[in-house]
Amino acid sequence: MKMTGARILLECLKLEGVDTVFGYPGGTVINIYDELFSFKEIHHILPRHEQAGVHAADGYARATGRVGVAIATSGPGATNTVTGIATAYMDSIPLVVITGQVPTALIGNDAFQEVDIVGITRPCTKHNFLIKDVREIATIIKKAFYIARTGRPGPVLVDLPKDVQIATTEFHYPETIELRSYKPTVEGHPKQVEKAVSLLLTAKKPVIYVGGGVISGDAAGELRALAAKLNIPVTTTLMGLGSFPEDDPLSLGLLGMHGTYYANMAVTNCDLLVAVGARFDDRVTGKIATFAPHAKIIHVDVDPTSIRKNVRVDLPIVGEVKDVLSKMLKATEEQGDRADEFRKGVEPWLAEIAGWKEKHPITYKQTSATIKPQFVIQKLRELSDPDAIVATDVGQHQMWTAQFFTFTKPRTLLSSGGLGTMGFGLPAAMGAQAAFPGRQVIAICGDGGFQMNMQELATLVQNRLPVKICILNNNFLGMVRQWQELFFDKRYSQTCLELPIDFIKLAEAFGAKGFQATKPDEVEETIKKAFDTPGPVIMEFKIAREEKVLPMVPAGASLNEMVLNA
Amino acid sequence: MRHTITVLVENEFGVLSRVAGLFSGRGFNIDSLSVAPTNDESISRMTIVTRGDEQILEQISKQLNKLIDVIKVIDFTGGEAIEREMALIKVTAEDVSRAEVLRIADIFRGKIIDVTPKSYTIEVTGAPAKIEAILELLRPLGLKELVRTGPVAIGRGAKGWKG
Repeated sequence: MKMTGARILLECLKLEGVDTVFGYPGGTVINIYDELFSFKEIHHILPRHEQAGVHAADGYARATGRVGVAIATSGPGATNTVTGIATAYMDSIPLVVITGQVPTALIGNDAFQEVDIVGITRPCTKHNFLIKDVREIATIIKKAFYIARTGRPGPVLVDLPKDVQIATTEFHYPETIELRSYKPTVEGHPKQVEKAVSLLLTAKKPVIYVGGGVISGDAAGELRALAAKLNIPVTTTLMGLGSFPEDDPLSLGLLGMHGTYYANMAVTNCDLLVAVGARFDDRVTGKIATFAPHAKIIHVDVDPTSIRKNVRVDLPIVGEVKDVLSKMLKATEEQGDRADEFRKGVEPWLAEIAGWKEKHPITYKQTSATIKPQFVIQKLRELSDPDAIVATDVGQHQMWTAQFFTFTKPRTLLSSGGLGTMGFGLPAAMGAQAAFPGRQVIAICGDGGFQMNMQELATLVQNRLPVKICILNNNFLGMVRQWQELFFDKRYSQTCLELPIDFIKLAEAFGAKGFQATKPDEVEETIKKAFDTPGPVIMEFKIAREEKVLPMVPAGASLNEMVLNA
Repeated sequence: MRHTITVLVENEFGVLSRVAGLFSGRGFNIDSLSVAPTNDESISRMTIVTRGDEQILEQISKQLNKLIDVIKVIDFTGGEAIEREMALIKVTAEDVSRAEVLRIADIFRGKIIDVTPKSYTIEVTGAPAKIEAILELLRPLGLKELVRTGPVAIGRGAKGWKG
């Protein structure tokens, strides 16, 4: 049967198992929307801004592990997706973003709402396509999903001109796809795994350092088994939070700029570091020259470019982390006595770490007069469901969440780690809630980031997405203010937001509910009220205005040069 | 260190831009780049001359391989390969220097491909060092214009790149 290009696109999405798309109509996607009008298999959510649409698709992807899909029109619609795409690219999140384009005959003519979105997004997509012939749609969509979800995942953009959407052809969806130029490595090399295990078993002070790859690679179970088997402490990056239960005695929590004292000390003093699905970002390593100076480094990653990009590596293993970790576990089990010996051998190291934990635990000073943000985060954890999903924006509240929420399950923290995108939290929570209507989804925001995408309150209310929004309001762009306090002599240039916004009235204006807490003893009650109220709710906490995120490793300093109290 | 890299890519639009964008976006150098389709029309072959230490070259090679349209990357440095480059050189040739230009062109097995009362245009092919050598000799006589293709490279021996 002949179909229009627009219809073929929807059929392809359906066959890829897409149940929800986030999109915004416009002149060059109107044909897709016309087909969508009677296409009941795909649920469409209309955000109030294309950037939020892509963040929502991203949140959907992070929470589910499936490919998120967003649609935008040409020109400004397409350029509005760029921040969302770059956010997903930096964090290796699988997305397919479909943009409308002016008719092929007009491309290059500076037509109305024309922009070279393929050119613009080339450096921030895993790959992108411009479809010039209706007969190419099925194959290209197949390729787009395949590329987005395999290897190191990432966003793929497909630019679809209007005339191609209107043209008709026979629809045939290829069942499989082969790309001679794209063959990601799945299996870790057995010899390398063998060598890695031998090297590992010689260590006396080992640490496992875990990134988002363990979550996207669905390897949290293997990680936990390996750590438990060998008694190895585990520290995670922001992206890795949730991959290892933070209530496990072997957990060191977050490392890096705002990592725990004991994680940073452990990395600095370890004799062997096993990096899994992590990329040695500058926020993690601090000064490269003094990063893990005594350690042999084993690096497991699906992306060969991550290896030796920033640090020297003694033993690289390219492959999917799930495959490599399960092979390592198996090899360890075959070692029998040596593994038991190893467990015993690391006891003094674990005792040393326990000493650091006791000396400088992650903490804060609670006062009776003002609400401390850390207290709010702890209360949120205490009062929320064990499988609650938390999305954050970027800044102080993000770091407090990372330090104090105690994540125990993969895919329960959605946060922009690489790009550091303010305004990400609310729409990402929206996407996660759309994927899991029955689960508790909490967006934790600062007052700054919240204002970057607060229009999405409308989407939440319209689509009955009961996201609970926690605003830690210090009336500052807090993280920049913290830097200005510490490194710029308290010259608070343009970081005070001054205008006090009535977030309660704002919520009500959108048809949501809002509650406010100004004193510590109101925190618990406010959270309970918010969780008990159906539909989207804002809970605003007026927090201590100049509270800082500590510990802190100043940019460019070594990990063991932490500011602990300031 | 100077490296000559061959990149086999899908012959599709935008590929050159992806490769060039990769180099500029990550701060890698391109000294020269030449590109054209191969005997297989669906594949284009790029020869890129770049510079960097071992770690940078490893990244360049890996990052190129990571591009979806890249089929194969070969770093010819240190291996058995032949490099050739062509230059078209317009040089001042008046009075006494006319004979000298001809002699130099002859020594380098260059061809005169255009001639006027005031100039010769020479076509010369060879390894980049040979091109440098003739330019050095011609420069004092007055170079009016120079165009170089940048080197192309091919491995020695009976095997093709597919092995």
